[in-house]
This record gives sequence, structure tokens and C-alpha cells, in this order.
Amino acid sequence: MRILNASGCLDALAAPDVARQLDVFVTKTVTPLPREGSAPPRIAETAQWMLNAIGLANPGRERFLADHLPRLRELGVPLWVSVGGFCAEDYAETCSGLSDLEAIELNLSCPNVDEAADSAAEIVAACRRATELPLYAKLSAAHPDVAEVARAVAAAGADGLSLVNTLRGLALDGRLRPILARGSGGLSGPALKPIALHAVNVCHEATGLPIVGMGGVQSGRDALEFAACGASAVALGTVLFADPGAPARVRAELEEACIDAGVASPEDARSSAKSPETVRKVPA
Amino acid sequence: MQSSSSPSRHRVAGSERLGAYTLLRLERGGVEPGVPGQFFMLEAPGRLLPRPFSLCLALPGELAFLVDPVGPGTQALAELRAGDEIGVLGPLGRGYRLDVERPLLVGGGIGIAPLPWLSEALDAPPTVIGFRSEHHAEAAVLLPHAEVVIDPVFVTERIEPGLDVLACGPEPMLHAVAALCPTAQLAWEAPMACGYGACYGCVVEIDGHLERLCLEGPVLDAARVHSNVEALA
Repeated sequence: MRILNASGCLDALAAPDVARQLDVFVTKTVTPLPREGSAPPRIAETAQWMLNAIGLANPGRERFLADHLPRLRELGVPLWVSVGGFCAEDYAETCSGLSDLEAIELNLSCPNVDEAADSAAEIVAACRRATELPLYAKLSAAHPDVAEVARAVAAAGADGLSLVNTLRGLALDGRLRPILARGSGGLSGPALKPIALHAVNVCHEATGLPIVGMGGVQSGRDALEFAACGASAVALGTVLFADPGAPARVRAELEEACIDAGVASPEDARSSAKSPETVRKVPA
Repeated sequence: MQSSSSPSRHRVAGSERLGAYTLLRLERGGVEPGVPGQFFMLEAPGRLLPRPFSLCLALPGELAFLVDPVGPGTQALAELRAGDEIGVLGPLGRGYRLDVERPLLVGGGIGIAPLPWLSEALDAPPTVIGFRSEHHAEAAVLLPHAEVVIDPVFVTERIEPGLDVLACGPEPMLHAVAALCPTAQLAWEAPMACGYGACYGCVVEIDGHLERLCLEGPVLDAARVHSNVEALA
């Protein structure tokens, strides 16, 4: 089971030795124009979750391609570029300028910017026409039926799914004002895990596409649970902030978690979380 | 910089109340103290994310941190007892440049935290520190030779021109110091999830752009930070 970072949760140029522990490095989302991102404060946390409102801070497409991407290639880690934008054309234009990557992840679900006017499927279709690189659609579990969105992006040409992005949340300070300058932020951490597991489970059933599972992965056992729901890879986000050694640790723990769960490998655990065929009837 | 492996585990050697603050002493293990002004991420028991602390004292075999219990994470750290164990990552960031001719150390409140270790590195230069109350000022025992002022007297009233100021304290104090001493080195503070550039949470306006304090700082030349940081927030 491959271990990736969740987009935006690691700067591989600032911490190359953390990136080298990963099977794939996923870049922070690149938008057509540079973005300073949200004003501080940008983060808040409790024991179970973290909120962030970074606001897609990034150098913009031009500088990313000219300056950042060549330096990322020197790391020797397979790369995915996360692409963002505000309409289908934004995404497609960036995709058409990318080559020699393992895949592109389309960030269709950033909770900290206004949503793109076009639907997820329209964006994926536009990108499909713009590139032959594998396209992973990163979706949010905020949609009432994430499996329906997964089916739509699969029909539009997505090669895989990244599940899930953070969920919009709000945290207040002692004087009942939002802690984050932006007000709301994206919720991540252990509180997100059951929501993410469910999304992976139903989207795997709905599409059969390869899935990168993410949301609250802290341990090898967590990663194995994502495999059991149908994920073929797992991405680490919030856990990297407290533990830059998390990729190597989770990989080591995963072996032990397989033994404890009585499975030969994460692949062997695949789909064991599907609902039983017979549902016990509730007595009248 | 130790930031690519998991945090190392350290036992609490002891914990002492100093007025409103707590001096938390950890067994050093194999961790280097770094340069004064650099910081460490300390695991906050029961919380998801660690908290940043500049090193206060590099004692023999120990690392000591000054904790102001202002929220649930810092309270949990202040409540640790000898024998408890926490994760530690660091030293991180950029500390003070020590190639100064006429150093004056200036600290305010919990901002005195990096000064004892800095004072040791610079052979106990002149120091002025300010507190909001007599109770808070009990932490001045960490800097026995320092001049201590208490609100309503401000440290900025005690800064003579022509000195190389190295300061740490609340933002209004740092802006006031910057206005008096454009060449000062100032240690800033920001909420931080990771301490090694991954989370982009700790940005402040540096050289006119939002930059990560954990990588650029926490110690910055005064001219790099402008006084409109509050306006942004």
C-alpha cells in the first residue's frame, strides 16, 4: 500500500527528507495566478481535529513550472501535481502545461475558497481533453451523495479518486468570535476518519477506481482500515505536522496491523468492510 | 535541523512555578540545544498538535522551557510532573545572530523565555525585562542581573540609543522596539502546527508578503516586519 502526503500538508523543498519517506509527493495546489492565501490566524485545534484556512497560498502556475517543479524533480520521489482553479478552463490550462509526472490530482473541493462555477464532472472532462496523464479527482464528503459525484467524475474520465478533502468547520474563541481570520476553515484530523472511511467505501463500490484514502490517518491501523474500505493508497495530512517521521512509522506499523487483523497484506484486506449481504431483521 | 524523523521522547526532569509561569525541565537525551532564539515543538498532552517554545536554558543534561499556561495545550504542559514523558522536535528555525558588538537584551512577559540562554551565550550583557505585574515578574529570577520594570513602566523607556538590541515579547512591544532601533533582532510568535514549514499556518507579513515564521524566523531583523500585521488579521 503506497503512502502519499495529502496535498498542502508538506513542503518537500523545505523538508526533503520527509518527502523522501513517501512513495509519492503530492504538491500544494497550483492555481493559474499566485495567491498570498488567507490572513492569519490560519489554524486552530483540539484533541480530535484541526481547522485550517490557508486559502490555497501558492506561487501561481508560471512560477511553479519555472522554479518549483524542476527543484521537486531533483528529490527523486514520484510526483503528483495538485491543480486548482475557479472554472474548468483554469484547471484544463494548467493540465495542458504539465508533463512527465506520475499523475495530476484535481482539487475539486478546497473548503477555503469560493467554489468553482463548473461541476466536478465538467472540470474533469475539460482536463481529460487537455492531458493524457492519469487524473485523480479529489472530492469532498460534504456532498450529500459522494458516490454520485464519484460516478460522474469517473464517467467524465477520471482515472482515480482522492478521498476526502477537509470539511468546512467553524471554531470560536473565548469571546465567541471565530478563531480563524477567514472565519471558517477545513476540518482535518482523527475526527474526519469515520467520514472518510465511509466515503472511500461507497465510492469504491460505486466506481471500482483506484482510491487514495485520507482523513485522520495517524497510524498503520488507520491505513489498514482505509485499505479495508477499498483504498489502494493512503495519504497523510495533519499527522505530518506533529510527526515528520510519520510516513516511515505508519509504513512500519502497517505490517504489524496486518498481523493483528489476521490479513496477509493491506491488499488482502481490500473490501472486507463491505456491508454483510444479509441484514438482520428488526422484530416488529 | 532535526525535522525528518519522529519527535524524540524525553522525560520530565522537573517543573517549577515562577510566578505566573512554569519552568519545564526535560532530560536532554541526544538533542542539541541549537542557537539561542531557535525553538522546539513540544507535544502538548491530550492535544492533536504540538506547541512551539524557544529554549530558555540549556542546563547540563537538560533542556528547560518557560511555559505560560494560557490555553489547554500550555496548561497540559505546565501540569507535567517529573517522570512524565513527551515528544520533542528541534531545534528549529533561525535564532539570534550573536556577532553583535554592544548587545542589549530586551524582553516582555513570556517573551523573556529565550533570554536566559541568549544571555549565557553573550556573557551576561545588559538586559531589561518588563512584566504586567509583580506576580509575573517573579520569573525575573531567570535573569538575575536584569533591570526589571513593571507596567505602567515599559521596557522601551529603558533602551539607550546605539545598542544592538536583541528582543522578544508581545507584538506591540516588538513594534515599539523596532521603531526605536531599526537594526534590532526581534523574535516573533505565531500559532504553529508543525514548526518545519509544512502547515503554512504561522505566516506573518515579512518583507511585504505572508511568509512562514517557522522557516524565516522566529528571529527577524526589525526592518523586515511592518506594523500592519494586526491590520491584516
